[in-house]
Amino acid sequence: MQVRHQLLLTGLPMLAVATPAIAQTAQVQLTLPRLKVAEYNRPYVAIWLEKPGMPARTLQIWYDFDMAKNEGTKWLGDVRSWWRASGRTMRFPADGVTGATRAPGKHMVRVPTGQLAPGQYVLAIEAAREVGGREVVRVPFSWPPKPGQTFAASGTSELGAVALAFTR
Amino acid sequence: MLRTAIAVTALALAAVPATLQAHRLWMMPSTTVISSADGWVTFDAAASNDVFHADHQPLRVEPAAFAPDGSEAKIENFATGRFRSTFDLHLTQPGTWKVAMLSDGVGGSYQLAGEEKRLPRGTTADKLPGIIPAGATDVKLMQIEGRNEVFVTSGAPTDAVLRPTGKGLELVAETHPNDVVTGEDAVFGFTVDGKPAAGLEVLVVRGGKRYRDTVDEQTLKADAAGKVRVSFAEPGMYWLNASASGQSATIPNAARRMSYTTTLEVLGA
Repeated sequence: MQVRHQLLLTGLPMLAVATPAIAQTAQVQLTLPRLKVAEYNRPYVAIWLEKPGMPARTLQIWYDFDMAKNEGTKWLGDVRSWWRASGRTMRFPADGVTGATRAPGKHMVRVPTGQLAPGQYVLAIEAAREVGGREVVRVPFSWPPKPGQTFAASGTSELGAVALAFTR
Repeated sequence: MLRTAIAVTALALAAVPATLQAHRLWMMPSTTVISSADGWVTFDAAASNDVFHADHQPLRVEPAAFAPDGSEAKIENFATGRFRSTFDLHLTQPGTWKVAMLSDGVGGSYQLAGEEKRLPRGTTADKLPGIIPAGATDVKLMQIEGRNEVFVTSGAPTDAVLRPTGKGLELVAETHPNDVVTGEDAVFGFTVDGKPAAGLEVLVVRGGKRYRDTVDEQTLKADAAGKVRVSFAEPGMYWLNASASGQSATIPNAARRMSYTTTLEVLGA
């Protein structure tokens, strides 16, 4: 126990050299477009992390989590890429992950990603709207990033511009 | 209990006599993916030329249902209309559920006093000795086994209801039937009495033919291990059907015809 603890302590600085930062926070900026449609409902939005060979990790899921009897979970399956990748094995509401739906506009979300091993990742954002459409935007990024580097992508229907940056 | 179930489902054959040849029997769930802990799925079931387009005969007999733990579940609100039957399944536990329509009947003919007689509809293997009279010659028998299984999943997919029994033509799913998406090939294996159905012909038909000009069906041949690899270009409801023939394992000197049918919901990735 003692030995393991010491190893971990001495291991940390080495790890810090290999990967510039340890506990990371992803700063996700996303736009929910204002849509002129007959019936508008705020979309369910999922943000998750993908890497080949690694189970997908949900960072955020915005839905009607405060409905009676957890009824909002009925439509989680409509966020279907996320549901298949990660949602269906989770329990809801999920601590630190579940959030309320948001109105159209720009949103800044800070999500802890924990430690990341160097490699190629994809940040996926999916929006699905009741009586409306669905769209997934994927933002590929390599870890560790160059200092000050941001990654961007854009949706065309249910999502607008998406940007990803990291802070310590 | 098992015997009654077989007898009852054999009636289904009798009720829709032409179905197995001329028309396609299908059960279509309203969804196969449930995200609420207390979900319901409603089904349409019928026989028709175009799959999922009810215009011929309803399914007349209530199918069986199984919960993710393998226990028998209840079909709710079974009703038969002019062209299709409807029923509901209440998904009270997470995992993969199965709705199954099994049929096991015997058809055929024999000669008696210079006249050809046909076996009455609804004949089952256990009734056979009392049906063919002494002195009958040229007895030709055909055992007809049909298995139509549809899967729906609440939460994450599970495997208990997918396990084959080793009897007849069955699906051995490598890809979970409720985890099929466009852009990823699905792999399905088939067995006859637990042995790989090498060379089996498998037909995959996309629903909604009415709204396009092409049929959109794939005919696939199983490899030596009884497996087929299926690509789905478009999302939608698909009808999968395979049939095999051989010699009856239980009725002496009888031929055997087996079919396996399922409905796959393919979602866009």
